[in-house]
Amino acid sequence: MTNTTSTLEEIISQEYQHGFETAVEADAIPRGLSEETVRVISAKKNEPEFLLEWRLAAYRRWLEMTPPDWASVHHPAIDYQDIIYYSAPKSQKDGPKSLDEVDPELLKTYEKLGIPLHERAILAGVAVDAVFDSVSVATTFKDKLAEKGIIFCSFSEAVQHHPELVRQYLGSVVPVQDNFYAALNSAVFSDGSFVYIPPGVRCPMELSTYFRINAKNTGQFERTLIIADRDAYVSYLEGCTAPMRDENQLHAAVVELVALENAQIKYSTVQNWYPGDKEGRGGIYNFVTKRGDCRGAHSKISWTQVETGSAITWKYPSVILRGDHSVGEFYSVALTNHRQQADTGTKMIHMGKNTRSTVISKGISAGHGHQAYRGLVRIARAATGARNYTQCDSLLLGDKCAAHTFPYIEVKNASAKVEHEASTSRIGEDQLFFCRQRGLSAEDAVSMIVNGFCKEVFKELPMEFAVEAQKLLGVSLEGSVG
Amino acid sequence: MLIIKDLHASVGDKPILKGINLEIKAGEVHAIMGPNGSGKSTLSNVLAGRENATVTSGSVLYQGKDLLALDVEERAREGVFLAFQYPVEIPGVGNVYLLKAALNAQRKHRGLPELDAMDFLALVKDKMKLMEMNETMLYRSVNEGFSGGEKKRNEILQMAVLEPRLAILDETDSGLDIDALKIVANGVNSLRAPDRSMILVTHYQRLLDYIKPDYVHVLAEGRIVRSGGPELAHELEKQGYAWIGDEPAGAGVKHGS
Ligand SMILES: Nc1ncnc2c1ncn2[C@@H]1O[C@H](COP(=O)(O)OP(=O)(O)OP(=O)(O)O)[C@@H](O)[C@H]1O
Ligand SMILES: [Mg+2]
Repeated sequence: MTNTTSTLEEIISQEYQHGFETAVEADAIPRGLSEETVRVISAKKNEPEFLLEWRLAAYRRWLEMTPPDWASVHHPAIDYQDIIYYSAPKSQKDGPKSLDEVDPELLKTYEKLGIPLHERAILAGVAVDAVFDSVSVATTFKDKLAEKGIIFCSFSEAVQHHPELVRQYLGSVVPVQDNFYAALNSAVFSDGSFVYIPPGVRCPMELSTYFRINAKNTGQFERTLIIADRDAYVSYLEGCTAPMRDENQLHAAVVELVALENAQIKYSTVQNWYPGDKEGRGGIYNFVTKRGDCRGAHSKISWTQVETGSAITWKYPSVILRGDHSVGEFYSVALTNHRQQADTGTKMIHMGKNTRSTVISKGISAGHGHQAYRGLVRIARAATGARNYTQCDSLLLGDKCAAHTFPYIEVKNASAKVEHEASTSRIGEDQLFFCRQRGLSAEDAVSMIVNGFCKEVFKELPMEFAVEAQKLLGVSLEGSVG
Repeated sequence: MLIIKDLHASVGDKPILKGINLEIKAGEVHAIMGPNGSGKSTLSNVLAGRENATVTSGSVLYQGKDLLALDVEERAREGVFLAFQYPVEIPGVGNVYLLKAALNAQRKHRGLPELDAMDFLALVKDKMKLMEMNETMLYRSVNEGFSGGEKKRNEILQMAVLEPRLAILDETDSGLDIDALKIVANGVNSLRAPDRSMILVTHYQRLLDYIKPDYVHVLAEGRIVRSGGPELAHELEKQGYAWIGDEPAGAGVKHGS
């Protein structure tokens, strides 16, 4: 028994090997947050008046708000005056000049994860001009999308070129006062992505590779807005299985999705930010507000996420099922190891008739990892015929980690059907022994069992992403077992 | 093939195996019988390397090597196979996926090239015919929702694919209906080979009607108290184990040497 436990411990105790040195910012405004900061950010980005006003209103609301204290996470208080809220997009002069200068361990990880060659350099922070192809790859994508009338650009570009769309939809899903971090983000957001799919258009490609290349340096207050007009479809992939270089501890992003009549948005995330060392020092705090609005009848929004990084994750991708017959889905795998903490889950708000939602959450805790699933299902009075199915499974590796489930169910319409299933299991010593008795190494066995546990979620990910995600779990659990 | 000398093992503080002596030569089939709780599964587990039982003294030589010094997976790759008394379920892991990973891990260890999906499927499907198993079982999760009998058949399928040197079958016959018993026995018999030895742990003579053992041993309270030929099983079937205690411990271990 002791031996098995120590094997498990070895496997899960592997350290994240890719922390980065903090580089000193060149073109940045002084630390601290005031109305002046907000004005400077807006001015530097050459924003229209309405946006400045919007930011300022958010800032004023934020001043009156306090950080949420209900989440099951613990961290020292954040000093918001000690943060730099604007820095110019980095020229990458200080980065490595070529892959030869990059930490070979990091390259090994990329290889294990199967990251395409031309992307490895970008991810490792090699100056873009030194990277063959990437620019033309991006341009080819852009041309192809433009043909269909799809707008896909950085948020800043959208503000310049499509202010009317930004004005119409920004904050329409996540209002500035929604929560403390959303208000902060609204006041000082740096950049992010903007997508608009015109009526009847099916986006011909996963919006992924392009994003990975271009989403760098969006800063710690990322803002994303995706609109699928009537009968439109888009699948959007955020993040990357490769460890991301990042110098900011606090990340407070806001993602808003709008699906109009009969439209469909599939949003997939893989998040692998620096989780901190074994004691949890230096990891990223990831406080994200993600929400989708099924505004039109028969619309559908699916969130799929694989969360393995960050010291603290606070995140509840949600769907407001406003349109009749609309569908919301949430598929999640969250892994916490060492001292990582995750408080994550979803909210399904049923307002329209015959709305349906599905929630599949898989939590894996290892080491001293600490994890909570928090799910709200609300069926409004008018939501006749609404249905929800929630399944929430936790897998524990070792005996020092923890998992908790907090389901909140509010039903105001008697015709609603809400089902909730939950389970907690431990990777059994017997499962591990069985696999090893058949000749598998302990590492491969753990990785196989964990991937099996996550299968229902992985099958929702776009193919290439699913393969990466599987490898990522393997790498995240890898240890020194021979 | 296998030489066990004065093997003692405990689970927690409780001594379970109290001096096992046994020698098994290549090609031989040995049946081990004995009352519930006598230590049959513990012996099987100790040979396979499960860590919940601790060897306190004694030695085990396997193909001339110190078996006890090897890790669980090393033993497996060296050809030790354990068919479990209670096969475990692994949700989400495809039966075929596990088998392929296992076979390739073993082939790699032996310096053989890994089998690709096509060759592997051909091999497995062939063995499945032998076990009269439905191919859909391949694509289900390991043992999940399998009936008791299906789980046991699945164990022997794995044995047939992995082609071990030393197979330990822990009560593979329990829970099988008559037809399934014949199929399993048939599968096991087809794997009998001059360079392959087997240990059959069983409670019933019935299995031994189909798989003729070379030797039968009775394990009681952590010791082999009697050994003999196939006729010993018949005797046990009639008499039960009430006579145990009348016999000197460790009697009759001199077979086969
Ligand atoms: N984990 C454990 N903790 C405590 N005692 C154990 C443990 N595992 C086995 N034992 C004990 O060891 C003894 C031998 O068990 P074992 O499973 O080897 O018996 P067996 O001969 O295989 O019995 P059966 O015929 O019922 O399968 C039993 O008394 C059992 O209770
Ligand atoms: Mg037993």
